[in-house]
Amino acid sequence: MNKSATNRRSFIKKMAMMSAMTAASSMFPGILFANEQEKGIPEDANLDWKKGPCRFCGVGCGILVGTENGKAVAVKGDPNSSVNKGLLCVKGYHQIMCIQSKDRLTHALVKKNGSYVRTPINDALDLVASKMKETITNHGKDSVAMYTSGQSTIPEGYIASKLMKGAIGTNNLDCNARLCMASAVTGFLTSFGADEPMGCYEDIDHADYFVTWGNNMAEMHPVLFSRMLEQKALRGAKIIDFATRTTRSSTASDRSILFEPQTDLAVANAICYEIIKNGWVNRSFVEKHCSFSKGLTDMGYGLEDHYEFTDKPQKIDFEAYKEFLKDYSPELVAKYSKVSVRDIKYLASIYGDPNIKVVSYWCMGMNQHTRGTWINNLVYNIHLLTGKISQPGNGPFSLTGQPSACGTAREVGTFTHKLPHGVVTNQEDREMAARIWKVPVENIPSKPTYHATEMFRAVDRGDIKFIWVQATNPLVSLPKTSRYRPGMEKESCFVVVSDVFPTPTSDVADVILPASWHIEKGGLYGNSERRTQYWDKMVEGPGETTPDAWMFIEVAKRMGYGDLFPYSKENHVEEIFNEYRQFHEGAKHGMAPLEVLKKESGVIWPYVNGKSTQWRFNAKYDPACSNGEDFHFYGKPDGKAVIWQRPFEEAPEKPDQEYPFWLNTGRVIEHWHTGSMTRRIPVLHQAMPNAYVEFHPDDAKTLGIRNGENIKITSRRGSCNLPASINERGLPTKGQIFVPFFDENMLINDVTLDAFCPISKEPDYKKCAVKVEKA
Amino acid sequence: MPIKSYLALSISGRKEELMTALRNLHQCEVVPAKNQDVLALVTDTPNEKEDDILKEKIEALDSLKLLSLVSGFDTPHN
Ligand code: SF4
Repeated sequence: MNKSATNRRSFIKKMAMMSAMTAASSMFPGILFANEQEKGIPEDANLDWKKGPCRFCGVGCGILVGTENGKAVAVKGDPNSSVNKGLLCVKGYHQIMCIQSKDRLTHALVKKNGSYVRTPINDALDLVASKMKETITNHGKDSVAMYTSGQSTIPEGYIASKLMKGAIGTNNLDCNARLCMASAVTGFLTSFGADEPMGCYEDIDHADYFVTWGNNMAEMHPVLFSRMLEQKALRGAKIIDFATRTTRSSTASDRSILFEPQTDLAVANAICYEIIKNGWVNRSFVEKHCSFSKGLTDMGYGLEDHYEFTDKPQKIDFEAYKEFLKDYSPELVAKYSKVSVRDIKYLASIYGDPNIKVVSYWCMGMNQHTRGTWINNLVYNIHLLTGKISQPGNGPFSLTGQPSACGTAREVGTFTHKLPHGVVTNQEDREMAARIWKVPVENIPSKPTYHATEMFRAVDRGDIKFIWVQATNPLVSLPKTSRYRPGMEKESCFVVVSDVFPTPTSDVADVILPASWHIEKGGLYGNSERRTQYWDKMVEGPGETTPDAWMFIEVAKRMGYGDLFPYSKENHVEEIFNEYRQFHEGAKHGMAPLEVLKKESGVIWPYVNGKSTQWRFNAKYDPACSNGEDFHFYGKPDGKAVIWQRPFEEAPEKPDQEYPFWLNTGRVIEHWHTGSMTRRIPVLHQAMPNAYVEFHPDDAKTLGIRNGENIKITSRRGSCNLPASINERGLPTKGQIFVPFFDENMLINDVTLDAFCPISKEPDYKKCAVKVEKA
Repeated sequence: MPIKSYLALSISGRKEELMTALRNLHQCEVVPAKNQDVLALVTDTPNEKEDDILKEKIEALDSLKLLSLVSGFDTPHN
């Protein structure tokens, strides 16, 4: 064989090996291949390995990227990263394969007379700046908006916030983390007064039980799930899967308990009822460290435009809380949750046994919930009543979806109500921002404006006349895209999209800006366990691709804000991070300096006196505790965590005669969110080429539906056709169907409902009513 | 010239043995899973006949519990 045939053959063998591993990852929960990364690296290769975080999920695995002659040629797990200890999941291994994609956005494109014209980047940025300025002049500051991402780097989020809130003076900034993590944030703030988990991944090495709440970790957080399985094998740790659908995680668990959608609220209360009834309350912990509150109920679901809600917390006492829980005995709850009395008591006994260490994990199942804040509160209640919190192996742990939903969206604060430290409604927080940003404090408005859903409603209504969407694909990921796609297509709004690849969102843009992929620029991400990870630029991007932060800076300069953005092109990442770090100085959120972040494979904040704080609020580990007690929930003025009285309330839309099925949507292991990157990675695309609709076999039988048959799913909003899947990846309960949302050719979000949690404003993608028929 | 990929499940606790046996078959490349009794296997044979013979040999291994085909490619002779 000649050399090219040999090369082709070895390439095919490599693809064949990758296909086998990808197939394994979807069949065997938590499976990892350690040696795979080294495969395919030529023996004589002299690679330069550079560290960074994985581009995909919020687990935040450390990667090493091997570069040769300016090209990224290999990825392996970073053995120095305590997150993944050298291992990666199937997405992690293959991540760099997308950057060479043929349809990569390499140059700016400007729409002229209905078609896109390649335009020098400087001209495109001129146009963006002039359009933004003109819109502000003609329609006011609140007519322009920016929608960013939990995939943006920390410097990118910071510059977006500074430009919008500090320079322009509008709070019209929100991000896609609103769609995935907002309920976690409001859950933390209402219960503890401080965002992000108190524990860290090392909890996995200490816990006896893992209870996963509506969370398919085997597919969504595969490296963490493999760590749990390792502890199961090594120490006999147990995994309890509490969910509405049987998944790869359920089959690998010790016990799978299924519940009727929305009734997790009632079951969590029933667990607390049992804990109190059986005398399992950790009385001294509760007396010293907890207070009790209730809030408003019957809040609505945000279905109407301009919906507003503000909770009115009211202090209550333990007796009132106990009285409230009387409606949640296991016997009463079992009737509508479809969880047996025995299983509710079993769950309560795990939490209630003082000799068992237990970690609760959750992600979208609890956050994408019209009562998302409440269900977060309720799981905290369980841990607070039993005092199982802020200790190695004991604690509630809200996992993030995106690689920097914590670092960027939550810590930098790219939400309408947030500032890099605190919130816009707080005078002191505004003053701090004004001082560091060197702007008059009056520049920063004190009233939040549009959260994600309302922002796209405002575009549809014509209230927002300019929007810049960065590193996200809302026209696939928003709920009820059947409304928001036509809204974005309207002439009334000038749309700018910066991204790496074309997407259905860039399809409606007036200007498309070519963004650098993460290793083509330097940056920082923050993962689920408060770990900040720094990386250097590793390779040059193609054409005129430009880091997003630099595009924001260029536009800011063109708009006349150059003095506020004095960063240099070469070192802007460092300069921005050093400025941003000032917001978090102190023992409660201190961030490691850059020289430490450059050396380490991520550092957990608070970073105090050269040391990470692994368990917050526990005086043994957390130097910020100052009340002289074992625990100090210093996020609240009285130093106490709040146990919330939150009732069960129905979902806004339930199956009925006309629309008899629940629709649940979510993800698959092969694809990252809307698939714009992973569908360009051949091995992942081949493994999962299109979306599908899962049925329970009994429902399929009743309807006469066979595997692969084309099915039309219809809701009151829209419809979507997909092939049926029966007894394949997952198994929904009877009366429920499941559809993954990664496929831009099968837009299931045309069908979903844009109801949201009134407190967090996070939409519920897990529950709406649909009908199904053969297409 | 067929190239095929499989997932090979070993009998519990005999992954190492299966890996060695497969590697001894020469036309096999194996990557073991780190945390499960599963091997990713790629076979590379000159023609269909040899491919069938190799498959028979693999299936005869004591330590193998299950062999599942994932993908097959046929590259032209050169
Ligand atoms: S688990 Fe998440 S962070 Fe880790 S390799 Fe996979 S996608 Fe990347």
